Amino acid sequence: MSTRPTPQPAPSRATFTDDRLVAVAAGMNVPSEVHPQVLGETPVLEIDTFNLWYGQKQALHGITMPIPDRKVTALVGPSGCGKSTLLRSVNRLNDLVQSVRITGDMRLNGDSIYDRRTDVIELRKRMGMVFQKPNPFPMSIYENVVYALRIDGERNRGVLDEVCERSLRGAALWDEVKDRLADSALGLSGGQQQRLCIARAIAAEPEVLLLDEPCSALDPIATGKVEDLIQELRGTYSVLMVTHNMQQASRTSDYTAFMYLGRLIEYGPTTEIFTKPILRETEAYVTGRFG
Amino acid sequence: MHSDFLTSTPRPRRRVRSGYTNLVSHGEPWVWLTAGSLATAVLMITGLLLFITMRGLATFWPLPLEEVRLASDEVLLGEVAGLETVPESDDAPATSRRLIRVANYELTGQHYAWVDDADVVAVEFPRWATAVERLEGGRFHGIPLAFFVDGDLVAEGPDATWKRFSETHPEVRSRYAQARSIDKHDRGRVQRDLRAARLHVVQVELDHGSDSSEHVAAIEAEAAIQSTADEEVRRFDEQTAALRDENARYEIAFQTADGIEVRMPLSEIVRGWQPNSLTWAGKLSIYFARWQEFLTDDPREANSAGGVFPAIWGTVAMTIIMAVFVAPFGVLAALYLREYASSGPVTSAVRIAINNLAGVPSIVYGAFGLGFFCYVLGAGIDELFFEASLVADNQPVFGTGGLLWASLTLALLTLPVVIVATEEALASVPNSMREGSYACGAGKWQTIRRIVLPRALPGIMTGLILAMARGAGEVAPLMLVGVKKLASDLPIDSVFPYVHPEREFMHLAYLIYDVGFQSPNSQAAQPMVFTITFLLVAIIAALNLAAIWIRGRLRRRFETQQF
Repeated sequence: MSTRPTPQPAPSRATFTDDRLVAVAAGMNVPSEVHPQVLGETPVLEIDTFNLWYGQKQALHGITMPIPDRKVTALVGPSGCGKSTLLRSVNRLNDLVQSVRITGDMRLNGDSIYDRRTDVIELRKRMGMVFQKPNPFPMSIYENVVYALRIDGERNRGVLDEVCERSLRGAALWDEVKDRLADSALGLSGGQQQRLCIARAIAAEPEVLLLDEPCSALDPIATGKVEDLIQELRGTYSVLMVTHNMQQASRTSDYTAFMYLGRLIEYGPTTEIFTKPILRETEAYVTGRFG
Repeated sequence: MHSDFLTSTPRPRRRVRSGYTNLVSHGEPWVWLTAGSLATAVLMITGLLLFITMRGLATFWPLPLEEVRLASDEVLLGEVAGLETVPESDDAPATSRRLIRVANYELTGQHYAWVDDADVVAVEFPRWATAVERLEGGRFHGIPLAFFVDGDLVAEGPDATWKRFSETHPEVRSRYAQARSIDKHDRGRVQRDLRAARLHVVQVELDHGSDSSEHVAAIEAEAAIQSTADEEVRRFDEQTAALRDENARYEIAFQTADGIEVRMPLSEIVRGWQPNSLTWAGKLSIYFARWQEFLTDDPREANSAGGVFPAIWGTVAMTIIMAVFVAPFGVLAALYLREYASSGPVTSAVRIAINNLAGVPSIVYGAFGLGFFCYVLGAGIDELFFEASLVADNQPVFGTGGLLWASLTLALLTLPVVIVATEEALASVPNSMREGSYACGAGKWQTIRRIVLPRALPGIMTGLILAMARGAGEVAPLMLVGVKKLASDLPIDSVFPYVHPEREFMHLAYLIYDVGFQSPNSQAAQPMVFTITFLLVAIIAALNLAAIWIRGRLRRRFETQQF
């Protein structure tokens, strides 16, 4: 407990078995295969040798990956591989968990996220996040959307109205709710609630939008709408998305990262990951032969 | 191993079949057992409430007056309050008997009398049998005989006498009310002015010394007030004497069932009625007039008659003040415990301690309230701000029981209930709400205020309702910290500073104890006890319904329509 564990030095390539996933499961370090196209993009978020422990258990092992600006990046991997943990580390929601310790850093447009001087509240205002289960707040649709502005102290009705409409339009929800903005958000359907949460997340013009399995609690039709919405957000927002669904990742994302047991295995353009990945382990996973 | 398991024929398991396993698996008896428990509980509660409601509502209904002639030539006139069958015993066959409210306590020496039905020779319902409520001495039953003005007979016979009574009585009552208002309010004001002047003198003496110019001035001012007060008191004496002399001119004579003639001044009579000849409308009007007196008037005759307005007031005011204190404290404490304090042995210990606090006997809280609020806090306030009162006549202001201290004691008593309920309500707010708020860049307090508290509010209100229900019915601690048998000065009135939280007050629950079990004529007061009980239950129910209504409105705002 007293001494902070440090990342072990990477073992030499010679110790690798044929299958990297077996090596990882045996507790060995493996290098991440990062496609050169990723490094060619301008990063909005840089994750730099990031390690995370829940108590004694290490959940993330030396993750290093840039997240391209105004692109959709999908994190895939079997359950418990640390993709949600990584996402929640970006806006430091893991700070709320008592036993969490980290080493390494992340940078949002060059500003350190884990620096001692960083104001977490200000940092979170630069990001938006959408959770697995729709979590609209117990207030009106309108107040839900402008929540981030309200807590910032914005009172100007004109500004709030404008942001509300723009965000709801951005989340493709405006036409469905424009006549009942004052109604409780809890009266919306599940898919509408999730799009409302997306509207809430983009209301404050985030530099990066974090989506944590945004469709896993939705029916197929609502899922389709949210996926269409993610497609529309591409180019306007930088999206980092966790998903369980391979089809979803291939349909909606520009880049895909495959994680396994807390390690980044392969990271590259979605088309390459799904058609000609560097590692056959990745191929096995994305084609459903394993995981 | 797999294949082995599949291919080898398993030995068939011998199934145990017995009456017991059958019973346990099908379980109809458990349905009966659980449903029976619930039914018993529901029956007992509704039975209790029905009993209280019926007895409480029946008290003011004018029952017919029976004239019962006994074999011993004795005649009784009264309402039948109960019928009873005496079971057969070795030396006597089964008989029935009736309880008659005979009234006329100063003549008969009793309020009620048991009469064996076997002794009854005749029962009549005399048309002119009159029930009279008096200011003192309880009920009187008799037949109007004559009406006197200035001692001269002006009407004779029941008809003429009652006609004169009905004409004269309202004016007599209004003069009586005037005199009482002068006694209570005007004389009270003069007394207050005098006391204020006296206290001012003492205060100035404390501040400036006994021979200072200020002291002399204050004494002069007091003398001036004293002289105007004497003048006013003389005027009040004249006014009330005139009113009372005028009232004393009118007298009415009744004949009791035994043939005794009783003369009484009209001003002694609150109201009278002939139940045997009343129409339904007449009975209803008597019924509601008595309810109105009960709800709006001061008590009479050691609280066993008249109204309970001060007690209603005290109960409601105390409960509301208690809620006002306990709600913010309880909610803030629970917020810290649930939202801020990191979980660990200390937090658990505090939580256990709070739960145990709910089990401390209420009289202990009363003793604490008296010892801390009255004798420490109150005495401290008195020393700082009301020294003159202590010096002048050694009369504590805050240093004794009062509405404020009683409310605070009860707030302390109900604090664990509120804390536990609030904690549970906070725990039931899903963490995803909090995370969603943090992810929007909200701070801890912003999240609590905008997301957590609104979501938890219905649950918090439930805790508050439980606390109010518990606090409003509590008697034991109140007896130590300010509830009195009689306190007709309300804690809020038209006298500056309008709110008097230091005043002693009356409370319905204590009144039940006092009237029912401490009163010298508890038998006569018995119907009153039921009415007071009914009223207390009704008031607590009304307070709870109000809170439930508010909770319902809040809940509708946060209603979830999950897919």
